[in-house]
Amino acid sequence: MTRFAEKNTAITGIGMSDVSRGANKSALALTVDAALEAIADAGLTRADIDGIATWPGERADGSGFSPVGCAALQDALRLEVGWYGGGGEAPGQYGAVFNAIGAIAAGLCKNVLIFRTMYEATARKTAYANSLLREGQRQAGPFSWYAPYYTYAAALQQALFFNLYVHKSGIRPEQVGQIAVNQRRNAALNPKAIYKTPISIDDYLAAPLIATPLRIYDCDVPIDGAAAIIVSRMDVARDLRNPPIRIEAIGSSMRYRNSWTQLAELDTQAQPKVAEMMWSRTDLKSADVDIAQLYDGFSFHTINWLENFGFCERYGAKDFIDGGHRIALDGELPVNTGGGAMSGGRLHAYGAVHEACTQLWRRAGARQVKGDPQVCATSTSGGPLAGAMLLVRD
Amino acid sequence: MVARTLPVIDRDNEAYWTWGREGKLAIHRCAACEYFVHPPVPFCPRCESRDVAPQAVSGRGRVVTFTVNHKAWVPDLADPYVLALVAIAEQDDVRIACNIVECDANKVDFNMEVEVVFEPVEDLWIPLFRPVAA
Repeated sequence: MTRFAEKNTAITGIGMSDVSRGANKSALALTVDAALEAIADAGLTRADIDGIATWPGERADGSGFSPVGCAALQDALRLEVGWYGGGGEAPGQYGAVFNAIGAIAAGLCKNVLIFRTMYEATARKTAYANSLLREGQRQAGPFSWYAPYYTYAAALQQALFFNLYVHKSGIRPEQVGQIAVNQRRNAALNPKAIYKTPISIDDYLAAPLIATPLRIYDCDVPIDGAAAIIVSRMDVARDLRNPPIRIEAIGSSMRYRNSWTQLAELDTQAQPKVAEMMWSRTDLKSADVDIAQLYDGFSFHTINWLENFGFCERYGAKDFIDGGHRIALDGELPVNTGGGAMSGGRLHAYGAVHEACTQLWRRAGARQVKGDPQVCATSTSGGPLAGAMLLVRD
Repeated sequence: MVARTLPVIDRDNEAYWTWGREGKLAIHRCAACEYFVHPPVPFCPRCESRDVAPQAVSGRGRVVTFTVNHKAWVPDLADPYVLALVAIAEQDDVRIACNIVECDANKVDFNMEVEVVFEPVEDLWIPLFRPVAA
């Protein structure tokens, strides 16, 4: 299977800034913290970094969604690179990684610094900074089909998809709640997590509804923070200080209608064909996976990915997560071991990659899963967006 | 209730957002193979015809999925309201985002039969759906 370019790449270093509900430094400063930590972790210096990538690139709109782009970080660190790229039209947040794989295969670079910066906690201290709608401004583009209907947040669109899933699968609220309860339990063992106080299923059920069937504990938590990883060409990775975490396979397809209204299968979202692509590029099977870091912008995403990766049957997630034992740190498939975005903080899929590597390198301390985890399935996004990666430490 | 955010009008979506003036819901349709193309674009992805233009449909449909909003995203947002995706009766894969109106939010259900009504706002007629009277 050497014809697949991702197999010639590996994650060689990781970094994460402080993660908070209100930072005492700028978004760029947080990004520098994460980047320098990742570079040093890989055993590299700034001079070794010859590529930069991010998703979705700089958005200077005050929302804090992506306040730092490639150019700002390149200049802050005075990097000299052969390739860079940051853009939002990609298979979710992992689009930056997939682009880096292509750039490495094209011979443009060999050590790519990939980062994701969020400053949404600070942004939300100003009124309604993150509303999708702008009063008095007309809306162009695909979102215009939703704009007249009080669609203030992605939560409403995802609630549409989630409600159909609940209708078709018969999953009960106390089963959905196991995702939030499990992640809060894991977050208690993660020093960087935002929310560490345990919650019970009763707490979950008593929490406010956002939009049926979505409750507040089903949602991720906006933060200020940055995460960074180094993706290196395999021959370079072999000489660095950490055991390479190989990118064994990726799923990046758009073989479906990428639309928040017209996507054919709303209840499974865009994930099935993306997962299918990932599995088509590896000899490994879902049974070979030791841990899973599954996107959890909303708990529904995690539930969907469990099925779409094949860890359980279609509409079988309700039984798989019932009681929460299988997905716990000591379960058969530990899921979102650092607390995920819902309790750890919304680092938007890069927190998940950071946690995957932390576990595979067995650095996770009190939350380290038992045994010798070598294979991690990771995924990103919901709705009509999806991306997937299978990571392996030999 | 707060004001609705309106769409930017272009050559492709103008009929959709304005034919409500005549009480009509306009959906682009291929003249060659009769496939409904939505969102509107003058190209048929089924037969590759460029002869695709807006046509009035029945305005009937079914609720594919829905959510009842409970969060006050902005001040003065009304009591729970329903966001839904409705499939038009003529072609089930044409889905329209909308609010379900003239109905208790807690009575909306999957596959509920609905019909279009229009709310005039500035120069546009916003399609909304209400339950078909039993």
